[in-house]
Amino acid sequence: MHFSQDKSGRLLLSGNEAVALAAWHCGVALGTGYPGTPSTEILESFSALGGKAQWAPNEKVAAEVALGAAFGRARVICTMKHVGLNVAADVLFTMTYSGVDGGYVLAVADDPGMASSQNEQDSRRYAEAAVAPLFEPADSQDAYDLLQVAFEVSERWKIPVIFRLTTRVSHSMSPVKPRFPLGTRPPMAGVPQPEFVRDIPSHVMVPGHARPAHRRLRAKMAEMEIWNDTQGPNRIERRQSTLGIVTAGISYHHAREAAPDASVLKLGLSYPLPLSLIRSFAASVDRCVVIEENDPWLATACRAAGIKVEAKDDAIFRYGELNVDRVRRILAHDSRPDPVAPRGKPPELCPGCPHRSSFEVMKELDCIVSGDIGCYTLAALPPLAAMDMMIDMGAAIGMGLGLRHVLPREQARRVVSVIGDSTFLHGGLPGLVEMAYNPPETGHVLVILDNGTTAMTGQQEHPGTGRRLDGSGTYRVSYEDMARAAGIKNVFSVNPIRERAKFKSLLAESLAKDELTVLIARSPCILAAGRITAWEKERKAAKQGAVESSAASACPECGGAGVPGAGEGKL
Amino acid sequence: MKQPANQTVNVRFAGLGGTGVIKASDIFADVVFRAGHMVKKAEVHGMSQRGGSVQSDVRFGTEVHSPMIPDGTCDFLVVMEPTQVEVVRGGLRSNGVLITPADIATAKLPSAKALNVAMLGRLSRHFDIPEQVWYDSLRAHFPEKLHAANAAAFALGRNS
Repeated sequence: MHFSQDKSGRLLLSGNEAVALAAWHCGVALGTGYPGTPSTEILESFSALGGKAQWAPNEKVAAEVALGAAFGRARVICTMKHVGLNVAADVLFTMTYSGVDGGYVLAVADDPGMASSQNEQDSRRYAEAAVAPLFEPADSQDAYDLLQVAFEVSERWKIPVIFRLTTRVSHSMSPVKPRFPLGTRPPMAGVPQPEFVRDIPSHVMVPGHARPAHRRLRAKMAEMEIWNDTQGPNRIERRQSTLGIVTAGISYHHAREAAPDASVLKLGLSYPLPLSLIRSFAASVDRCVVIEENDPWLATACRAAGIKVEAKDDAIFRYGELNVDRVRRILAHDSRPDPVAPRGKPPELCPGCPHRSSFEVMKELDCIVSGDIGCYTLAALPPLAAMDMMIDMGAAIGMGLGLRHVLPREQARRVVSVIGDSTFLHGGLPGLVEMAYNPPETGHVLVILDNGTTAMTGQQEHPGTGRRLDGSGTYRVSYEDMARAAGIKNVFSVNPIRERAKFKSLLAESLAKDELTVLIARSPCILAAGRITAWEKERKAAKQGAVESSAASACPECGGAGVPGAGEGKL
Repeated sequence: MKQPANQTVNVRFAGLGGTGVIKASDIFADVVFRAGHMVKKAEVHGMSQRGGSVQSDVRFGTEVHSPMIPDGTCDFLVVMEPTQVEVVRGGLRSNGVLITPADIATAKLPSAKALNVAMLGRLSRHFDIPEQVWYDSLRAHFPEKLHAANAAAFALGRNS
């Protein structure tokens, strides 16, 4: 892969690329995750560097695969966006109890200001709630350096750690001086070698094991806090003593620019908080201000510990990301409303996008559309305005069923659940089972928009594309087969552009019946179509070759093309 | 550099998703980095790429803190799409330089897609960075079949 490089060997990297390079240099054995802005490029870059990286169907599975590897004493990284951590929260809250035998970094990218998300939840609260150490890098070099510390902490205390990025760390570029020259394979000395060692009391979290595990976890954190106070990756920059700033992550850089003469305590490991360090820093300055984005998490923790700090005015500054101007205003107690920026052009579905056609048809049929997360959520915006609800991944099916159960019959029959291919595999499968298990009286119609890629996040592969993260071929799951297996009576697939009239009549007929229908609207994302077509050709040729060369090698399920390794090559 | 040596230079690229904004800012950041400067670059991916407004900030100098340009402090504003000029004009400092497609003889472009490279050519006139560094970076960012067309587009902007 191409990185900008200067004469001294420094690289110009995004935060995500820096995490990937650090993971490669730390000898990470496996990277797992689910695509989500702004986290996606970590695994893609790690794979491009030569690391073993794979997309899971969702974040929970990704975190579990990583956990198994960490139980096997490997170094692992698992990546996701902030809302993905909600999906993986079940694993997180108990794997901190069990601990790990290798090194486990859970890289989570928050999106303050919601550039591309449905909420601006603050993952720092997860660290505290689940009792996981929390690292907060401020830029690419910091991300590169801190990842190594994160693995050291994870392995020393046998605990999974959260590596919290934000949009402006993940997607900003700044120079990185790497520990090893680009293109070389780093030495693996000191990297744990995978091996299974039976330890049932640590790995099986039944109540009898989990009760002592909880106490063990709290003891680890108490020990880590003492270490963090004196030896943790935190830094005091002494300048003037009139103003001191306690901060972490990207806020550090905004603060440095807004108040260049202020003394700064920059936290790298912000949970467990180094409270003694913060206390002595706060006492050394006339005025101590906490600068943090979104929730007043850090300020509240300091105040709860009796440390006198100022916090931002959350009536204004809790919302959206910080920047230099906003930090200046926080420091000046200026709580006037933010200046209103001129409105730019909102995003929209691409010209020729198959989703346009699908939603036009649903609008023509006056459907009540329970929608989901992906590019197609843009159909909710005018002029289409053809999606009525969207909350979280997979919710289309459950919300649609709920409406069908309670609405008057003539309204219930207009309800359609609409979900994208990757989103269906991520969070829609249990909804499909619910549909067959608790069918509404009027039946239900589920439309799966299969555009052959995870389009929204930049065309990533998923289990329905038949390709893995690195483009190599693998088994392709069939939505039709899954729907039938779940017990859905009517299953159709149709191209919403080329067979628009057929799509419309099928949808109209399905809505008129009191039966369960899954309608797959299949047409490739126009941005990915060329790539998909080329790959399909290669797949066909490989299948032909496999049949001609040896009938025995062809598996009955996929005709040989779905065997890992067949149809190789990134397209 | 026609700027005080110790000052951060702020360059904002703006336009619509798909007009080459991110690519142009990638190349520019690479050029100033190759020329030996501290550089930071900030942009937002994702939703905004679907034909909506896109901005990418590049800041360079001896020391750069925030990757995002503070309000009204752009030294250069490079706008790829005429409809976006009024949306982003407020970001420019009072004596800042605005570069728009109107500054380019677009009829002479080897391809409409090369507008972003021509705009980089126009921008390049304001910096004492050897021409070769720009061409090296352009080559590193595009496949070989586009090298000649990009060199022509860059020269068009630089000499217009």
